[in-house]
Amino acid sequence: MQPSHTTPADNTQAHGQQHPIGLYLKIWGLLFVLSTLSYMVDYFHLQGYLRWFLIITFMLLKAGLIVAVFMHMLWERLAIIYAILLPPLCLLVFIGLMAAEADYTFLSRVVFFGRGPQ
Amino acid sequence: MATPTASSTVTPTGNTSLTVRAWRELNSDWGSDKEAFKNVPWGKAMMWIFLLSDTFIFSCFLIGYMTVRMTSTDPWPLTSDVFALEIAGQHIPLILIAIMTFILITSSGTMAMAVNYGYRGDRKKTAALMLTTAILGASFVGMQAFEWTKLIEEGVRPWGNPMGAAQFGACFFMITGFHGLHVSIGVLYLSIVAFKVWRGDYESKSMESKGMESKSAAPTDGRNYQIVEITGLYWHFVDLVWVFIFAFFYLW
Repeated sequence: MQPSHTTPADNTQAHGQQHPIGLYLKIWGLLFVLSTLSYMVDYFHLQGYLRWFLIITFMLLKAGLIVAVFMHMLWERLAIIYAILLPPLCLLVFIGLMAAEADYTFLSRVVFFGRGPQ
Repeated sequence: MATPTASSTVTPTGNTSLTVRAWRELNSDWGSDKEAFKNVPWGKAMMWIFLLSDTFIFSCFLIGYMTVRMTSTDPWPLTSDVFALEIAGQHIPLILIAIMTFILITSSGTMAMAVNYGYRGDRKKTAALMLTTAILGASFVGMQAFEWTKLIEEGVRPWGNPMGAAQFGACFFMITGFHGLHVSIGVLYLSIVAFKVWRGDYESKSMESKGMESKSAAPTDGRNYQIVEITGLYWHFVDLVWVFIFAFFYLW
Protein backbone atom coordinates (compact mmCIF):
# COMPACT_ATOMS: atom_id res chain seq x y z
CA MET A 1 0.00 0.00 0.00
CA GLN A 2 1.25 3.47 -0.83
CA PRO A 3 1.18 5.37 2.45
CA SER A 4 -0.45 8.69 1.76
CA HIS A 5 0.88 10.49 4.74
CA THR A 6 2.98 13.32 6.02
CA THR A 7 5.63 12.91 8.66
CA PRO A 8 5.17 14.88 11.88
CA ALA A 9 8.08 17.15 11.01
CA ASP A 10 6.78 18.44 7.68
CA ASN A 11 3.17 18.76 8.70
CA THR A 12 2.15 22.35 8.88
CA GLN A 13 -1.59 22.41 9.59
CA ALA A 14 -1.57 20.17 12.63
CA HIS A 15 0.82 17.94 14.47
CA GLY A 16 0.95 14.27 15.21
CA GLN A 17 -0.44 11.52 13.03
CA GLN A 18 -2.49 13.05 10.27
CA HIS A 19 -3.87 10.92 7.49
CA PRO A 20 -6.93 11.07 5.25
CA ILE A 21 -10.11 9.63 6.77
CA GLY A 22 -10.57 7.49 3.68
CA LEU A 23 -7.53 5.43 4.63
CA TYR A 24 -9.13 4.45 7.95
CA LEU A 25 -12.40 3.58 6.25
CA LYS A 26 -10.59 1.33 3.77
CA ILE A 27 -8.74 -0.50 6.55
CA TRP A 28 -11.98 -0.77 8.49
CA GLY A 29 -13.62 -2.40 5.45
CA LEU A 30 -10.68 -4.78 5.05
CA LEU A 31 -10.91 -5.81 8.71
CA PHE A 32 -14.61 -6.53 8.23
CA VAL A 33 -13.90 -8.68 5.19
CA LEU A 34 -11.12 -10.58 6.96
CA SER A 35 -13.32 -11.19 10.02
CA THR A 36 -16.12 -12.47 7.80
CA LEU A 37 -13.68 -14.78 6.05
CA SER A 38 -12.39 -16.21 9.32
CA TYR A 39 -15.98 -16.72 10.49
CA MET A 40 -16.67 -18.51 7.20
CA VAL A 41 -13.84 -20.94 8.00
CA ASP A 42 -15.89 -22.12 10.95
CA TYR A 43 -19.26 -21.82 9.24
CA PHE A 44 -18.25 -24.15 6.41
CA HIS A 45 -16.58 -26.58 8.81
CA LEU A 46 -13.17 -26.53 7.18
CA GLN A 47 -10.92 -28.92 9.08
CA GLY A 48 -7.28 -29.87 9.50
CA TYR A 49 -4.32 -27.96 8.16
CA LEU A 50 -6.42 -25.85 5.80
CA ARG A 51 -8.47 -24.58 8.74
CA TRP A 52 -5.40 -23.75 10.84
CA PHE A 53 -3.59 -22.15 7.93
CA LEU A 54 -6.57 -19.92 7.09
CA ILE A 55 -7.24 -18.97 10.72
CA ILE A 56 -3.62 -17.95 11.27
CA THR A 57 -3.39 -16.11 7.96
CA PHE A 58 -6.51 -14.03 8.60
CA MET A 59 -5.44 -13.42 12.20
CA LEU A 60 -2.00 -12.15 11.21
CA LEU A 61 -3.41 -9.96 8.44
CA LYS A 62 -5.90 -8.38 10.85
CA ALA A 63 -3.29 -7.89 13.55
CA GLY A 64 -0.90 -6.38 11.02
CA LEU A 65 -3.47 -3.91 9.72
CA ILE A 66 -4.46 -2.82 13.22
CA VAL A 67 -0.88 -2.29 14.39
CA ALA A 68 0.36 -0.74 11.15
CA VAL A 69 -2.45 1.66 10.35
CA PHE A 70 -4.77 2.11 13.33
CA MET A 71 -1.87 2.24 15.79
CA HIS A 72 0.23 4.20 13.27
CA MET A 73 3.28 1.94 13.50
CA LEU A 74 3.74 2.35 9.74
CA TRP A 75 4.69 5.98 10.25
CA GLU A 76 6.75 5.69 13.42
CA ARG A 77 10.52 5.77 13.41
CA LEU A 78 12.46 2.54 13.29
CA ALA A 79 13.75 3.13 16.85
CA ILE A 80 10.33 2.64 18.43
CA ILE A 81 9.15 0.04 15.91
CA TYR A 82 11.99 -2.27 16.89
CA ALA A 83 11.71 -1.52 20.62
CA ILE A 84 8.07 -2.61 20.59
CA LEU A 85 7.83 -5.27 17.90
CA LEU A 86 11.02 -7.28 18.49
CA PRO A 87 10.57 -8.34 22.17
CA PRO A 88 7.35 -10.32 21.50
CA LEU A 89 9.39 -12.59 19.22
CA CYS A 90 10.74 -14.21 22.43
CA LEU A 91 7.23 -15.60 22.78
CA LEU A 92 7.87 -17.90 19.83
CA VAL A 93 10.57 -19.62 21.88
CA PHE A 94 8.16 -19.84 24.82
CA ILE A 95 5.47 -21.37 22.60
CA GLY A 96 7.99 -23.90 21.29
CA LEU A 97 9.09 -24.88 24.80
CA MET A 98 5.55 -25.26 26.10
CA ALA A 99 4.43 -27.25 23.06
CA ALA A 100 7.29 -29.70 23.55
CA GLU A 101 6.47 -29.97 27.23
CA ALA A 102 2.76 -30.45 26.50
CA ASP A 103 3.51 -33.31 24.09
CA TYR A 104 5.52 -35.01 26.79
CA THR A 105 2.82 -34.52 29.43
CA PHE A 106 0.15 -35.81 27.08
CA LEU A 107 2.12 -38.95 26.31
CA SER A 108 2.78 -39.66 30.00
CA ARG A 109 -0.93 -39.20 30.69
CA VAL A 110 -1.86 -41.60 27.94
CA VAL A 111 0.57 -44.14 29.36
CA PHE A 112 -0.57 -43.57 32.94
CA PHE A 113 -4.33 -43.36 32.43
CA GLY A 114 -4.28 -45.97 29.67
CA ARG A 115 -3.51 -48.73 32.16
CA GLY A 116 -6.97 -48.57 33.66
CA PRO A 117 -7.85 -49.41 37.29
CA GLN A 118 -5.53 -51.81 39.06
CA MET B 1 9.19 16.35 24.23
CA ALA B 2 12.36 18.34 23.82
CA THR B 3 13.07 20.10 20.57
CA PRO B 4 14.50 17.56 18.21
CA THR B 5 18.21 17.67 17.67
CA ALA B 6 19.74 18.00 14.27
CA SER B 7 20.10 14.26 13.86
CA SER B 8 16.37 13.70 14.03
CA THR B 9 15.34 16.26 11.48
CA VAL B 10 18.12 15.89 8.98
CA THR B 11 16.84 13.93 6.04
CA PRO B 12 19.67 12.54 3.97
CA THR B 13 18.97 13.10 0.32
CA GLY B 14 20.49 11.52 -2.71
CA ASN B 15 20.41 7.95 -3.86
CA THR B 16 20.36 6.29 -0.44
CA SER B 17 17.51 3.83 -0.27
CA LEU B 18 14.74 4.14 2.27
CA THR B 19 16.00 1.14 4.25
CA VAL B 20 19.53 2.48 4.50
CA ARG B 21 18.19 5.82 5.62
CA ALA B 22 15.95 4.24 8.25
CA TRP B 23 18.86 2.19 9.58
CA ARG B 24 21.05 5.29 9.83
CA GLU B 25 18.25 7.00 11.70
CA LEU B 26 17.99 4.03 14.06
CA ASN B 27 21.72 4.14 14.72
CA SER B 28 21.86 7.84 15.39
CA ASP B 29 18.66 7.76 17.49
CA TRP B 30 19.97 5.09 19.85
CA GLY B 31 23.53 6.45 19.74
CA SER B 32 22.76 10.07 20.50
CA ASP B 33 22.87 9.46 24.25
CA LYS B 34 19.63 11.39 24.78
CA GLU B 35 16.09 10.41 23.92
CA ALA B 36 15.87 7.33 21.75
CA PHE B 37 12.23 7.89 20.73
CA LYS B 38 12.45 11.19 18.92
CA ASN B 39 9.22 12.96 18.01
CA VAL B 40 7.38 10.44 20.16
CA PRO B 41 5.70 12.15 23.13
CA TRP B 42 6.64 10.46 26.40
CA GLY B 43 3.02 9.53 27.11
CA LYS B 44 2.82 7.64 23.86
CA ALA B 45 6.14 5.86 24.42
CA MET B 46 4.99 4.82 27.91
CA MET B 47 1.66 3.56 26.57
CA TRP B 48 3.51 1.46 24.01
CA ILE B 49 5.74 0.00 26.71
CA PHE B 50 2.70 -0.79 28.86
CA LEU B 51 1.05 -2.47 25.89
CA LEU B 52 4.21 -4.48 25.32
CA SER B 53 4.04 -5.78 28.89
CA ASP B 54 0.33 -6.50 28.45
CA THR B 55 1.18 -8.47 25.33
CA PHE B 56 3.26 -10.77 27.48
CA ILE B 57 0.44 -11.23 29.99
CA PHE B 58 -2.11 -12.19 27.36
CA SER B 59 0.47 -14.39 25.67
CA CYS B 60 1.02 -16.24 28.93
CA PHE B 61 -2.73 -16.89 29.17
CA LEU B 62 -2.95 -18.10 25.59
CA ILE B 63 0.16 -20.26 25.91
CA GLY B 64 -1.23 -21.71 29.15
CA TYR B 65 -4.44 -22.47 27.27
CA MET B 66 -2.46 -24.14 24.48
CA THR B 67 -0.63 -26.28 27.03
CA VAL B 68 -3.72 -27.53 28.87
CA ARG B 69 -5.53 -28.15 25.62
CA MET B 70 -2.62 -30.17 24.23
CA THR B 71 -2.17 -32.16 27.41
CA SER B 72 -5.83 -32.95 28.03
CA THR B 73 -6.77 -36.54 27.32
CA ASP B 74 -10.48 -35.69 27.23
CA PRO B 75 -11.87 -34.19 24.04
CA TRP B 76 -11.97 -30.38 23.98
CA PRO B 77 -15.54 -28.98 23.82
CA LEU B 78 -16.58 -27.91 20.31
CA THR B 79 -16.55 -24.11 20.56
CA SER B 80 -18.57 -23.91 17.37
CA ASP B 81 -21.50 -25.57 19.18
CA VAL B 82 -20.87 -24.22 22.67
CA PHE B 83 -21.17 -20.65 21.40
CA ALA B 84 -24.00 -21.27 18.94
CA LEU B 85 -27.30 -19.45 19.30
CA GLU B 86 -30.85 -20.19 18.23
CA ILE B 87 -32.03 -17.18 16.29
CA ALA B 88 -35.53 -17.36 14.79
CA GLY B 89 -35.46 -21.14 14.95
CA GLN B 90 -32.12 -21.23 13.13
CA HIS B 91 -29.11 -22.85 14.76
CA ILE B 92 -26.20 -20.52 13.93
CA PRO B 93 -22.72 -21.53 15.14
CA LEU B 94 -20.52 -18.97 16.88
CA ILE B 95 -22.84 -16.13 15.89
CA LEU B 96 -22.57 -14.14 19.10
CA ILE B 97 -18.79 -14.19 18.94
CA ALA B 98 -18.90 -13.03 15.33
CA ILE B 99 -21.16 -10.12 16.26
CA MET B 100 -18.85 -9.20 19.15
CA THR B 101 -15.90 -9.25 16.75
CA PHE B 102 -17.64 -6.91 14.33
CA ILE B 103 -18.62 -4.56 17.15
CA LEU B 104 -15.05 -4.35 18.41
CA ILE B 105 -13.69 -3.72 14.91
CA THR B 106 -16.28 -1.01 14.38
CA SER B 107 -15.27 0.62 17.65
CA SER B 108 -11.65 0.53 16.50
CA GLY B 109 -12.69 2.32 13.33
CA THR B 110 -14.52 5.08 15.20
CA MET B 111 -11.53 5.40 17.54
CA ALA B 112 -9.12 5.84 14.63
CA MET B 113 -11.35 8.60 13.26
CA ALA B 114 -11.53 10.24 16.68
CA VAL B 115 -7.71 10.46 16.73
CA ASN B 116 -7.81 11.98 13.27
CA TYR B 117 -10.38 14.63 14.18
CA GLY B 118 -8.45 15.36 17.37
CA TYR B 119 -5.38 16.33 15.42
CA ARG B 120 -7.52 18.41 13.10
CA GLY B 121 -8.68 20.31 16.16
CA ASP B 122 -12.35 19.31 15.76
CA ARG B 123 -13.22 19.12 19.43
CA LYS B 124 -16.88 18.11 19.17
CA LYS B 125 -16.46 15.44 16.51
CA THR B 126 -13.57 13.95 18.49
CA ALA B 127 -15.62 13.75 21.67
CA ALA B 128 -18.62 12.32 19.83
CA LEU B 129 -16.56 9.64 18.09
CA MET B 130 -14.84 8.68 21.35
CA LEU B 131 -18.20 8.40 23.05
CA THR B 132 -19.45 6.19 20.20
CA THR B 133 -16.39 4.01 20.72
CA ALA B 134 -17.13 3.79 24.45
CA ILE B 135 -20.76 2.84 23.80
CA LEU B 136 -19.73 0.11 21.35
CA GLY B 137 -17.24 -1.13 23.94
CA ALA B 138 -19.94 -1.20 26.62
CA SER B 139 -22.22 -3.21 24.34
CA PHE B 140 -19.36 -5.66 23.81
CA VAL B 141 -19.06 -6.11 27.57
CA GLY B 142 -22.84 -6.56 27.76
CA MET B 143 -22.73 -9.38 25.22
CA GLN B 144 -19.89 -10.96 27.09
CA ALA B 145 -21.96 -10.89 30.27
CA PHE B 146 -24.76 -12.61 28.33
CA GLU B 147 -22.32 -15.24 27.07
CA TRP B 148 -20.96 -15.89 30.57
CA THR B 149 -24.48 -16.22 31.96
CA LYS B 150 -25.43 -18.67 29.23
CA LEU B 151 -22.36 -20.83 29.83
CA ILE B 152 -22.72 -20.77 33.61
CA GLU B 153 -26.36 -21.86 33.23
CA GLU B 154 -25.19 -24.72 31.04
CA GLY B 155 -22.97 -25.89 33.85
CA VAL B 156 -19.57 -24.59 32.75
CA ARG B 157 -17.35 -24.01 35.78
CA PRO B 158 -13.63 -23.28 36.09
CA TRP B 159 -13.14 -26.83 37.38
CA GLY B 160 -15.34 -28.74 34.97
CA ASN B 161 -18.15 -28.75 32.44
CA PRO B 162 -20.55 -31.23 30.86
CA MET B 163 -19.11 -30.86 27.33
CA GLY B 164 -15.61 -32.24 27.61
CA ALA B 165 -12.18 -31.41 28.97
CA ALA B 166 -12.39 -29.93 32.47
CA GLN B 167 -9.81 -27.24 31.66
CA PHE B 168 -12.14 -25.56 29.17
CA GLY B 169 -13.93 -23.48 31.81
CA ALA B 170 -10.77 -22.23 33.47
CA CYS B 171 -9.32 -21.11 30.13
CA PHE B 172 -12.57 -19.51 29.03
CA PHE B 173 -13.21 -17.51 32.20
CA MET B 174 -9.59 -16.51 32.59
CA ILE B 175 -8.95 -15.34 29.03
CA THR B 176 -12.27 -13.71 28.20
CA GLY B 177 -12.56 -12.34 31.73
CA PHE B 178 -9.22 -10.61 31.57
CA HIS B 179 -10.02 -9.28 28.11
CA GLY B 180 -13.44 -8.10 29.28
CA LEU B 181 -11.79 -6.31 32.18
CA HIS B 182 -9.54 -4.52 29.67
CA VAL B 183 -12.56 -3.50 27.61
CA SER B 184 -14.39 -2.24 30.72
CA ILE B 185 -11.41 -0.17 31.82
CA GLY B 186 -11.10 1.09 28.25
CA VAL B 187 -14.73 2.23 28.31
CA LEU B 188 -14.06 4.21 31.49
CA TYR B 189 -10.82 5.63 30.11
CA LEU B 190 -12.53 6.64 26.85
CA SER B 191 -15.45 8.26 28.65
CA ILE B 192 -13.15 10.32 30.85
CA VAL B 193 -10.98 11.52 27.97
CA ALA B 194 -14.05 12.14 25.78
CA PHE B 195 -15.51 14.32 28.53
CA LYS B 196 -12.28 16.27 28.88
CA VAL B 197 -12.02 16.74 25.12
CA TRP B 198 -15.61 17.98 24.98
CA ARG B 199 -14.91 20.40 27.86
CA GLY B 200 -11.95 21.81 25.94
CA ASP B 201 -9.20 20.75 28.31
CA TYR B 202 -6.78 20.21 25.45
CA GLU B 203 -7.35 23.54 23.70
CA SER B 204 -4.58 26.10 23.67
CA LYS B 205 -5.74 28.31 26.52
CA SER B 206 -6.32 25.62 29.07
CA MET B 207 -3.11 23.87 28.05
CA GLU B 208 -1.07 27.04 28.50
CA SER B 209 -2.45 27.67 31.95
CA LYS B 210 -1.22 24.22 32.97
CA GLY B 211 2.10 24.60 31.19
CA MET B 212 1.25 21.56 29.12
CA GLU B 213 1.15 22.94 25.61
CA SER B 214 2.61 20.60 23.06
CA LYS B 215 6.33 20.86 22.55
CA SER B 216 6.57 18.70 19.46
CA ALA B 217 8.39 19.77 16.35
CA ALA B 218 5.43 20.96 14.31
CA PRO B 219 3.45 24.12 14.91
CA THR B 220 0.56 23.38 17.21
CA ASP B 221 -1.35 26.53 18.12
CA GLY B 222 -0.78 25.36 21.68
CA ARG B 223 -3.34 22.61 21.22
CA ASN B 224 -2.43 19.14 22.34
CA TYR B 225 -4.61 16.22 21.34
CA GLN B 226 -1.96 13.55 21.82
CA ILE B 227 -3.99 12.09 24.68
CA VAL B 228 -6.60 11.00 22.13
CA GLU B 229 -4.00 9.07 20.19
CA ILE B 230 -2.65 7.51 23.40
CA THR B 231 -6.15 6.43 24.46
CA GLY B 232 -6.61 5.12 20.94
CA LEU B 233 -3.49 2.97 21.23
CA TYR B 234 -4.95 1.29 24.30
CA TRP B 235 -8.28 0.73 22.57
CA HIS B 236 -6.74 -0.70 19.40
CA PHE B 237 -4.67 -3.00 21.57
CA VAL B 238 -7.83 -4.37 23.18
CA ASP B 239 -9.16 -5.06 19.68
CA LEU B 240 -5.82 -6.62 18.73
CA VAL B 241 -5.95 -9.03 21.67
CA TRP B 242 -9.47 -10.02 20.65
CA VAL B 243 -8.19 -10.93 17.17
CA PHE B 244 -5.89 -13.48 18.78
CA ILE B 245 -8.51 -14.77 21.24
CA PHE B 246 -11.02 -15.13 18.41
CA ALA B 247 -8.54 -17.13 16.33
CA PHE B 248 -7.07 -19.35 19.02
CA PHE B 249 -9.86 -19.83 21.52
CA TYR B 250 -13.04 -19.69 19.44
CA LEU B 251 -12.00 -20.82 15.96
CA TRP B 252 -9.21 -23.30 16.63
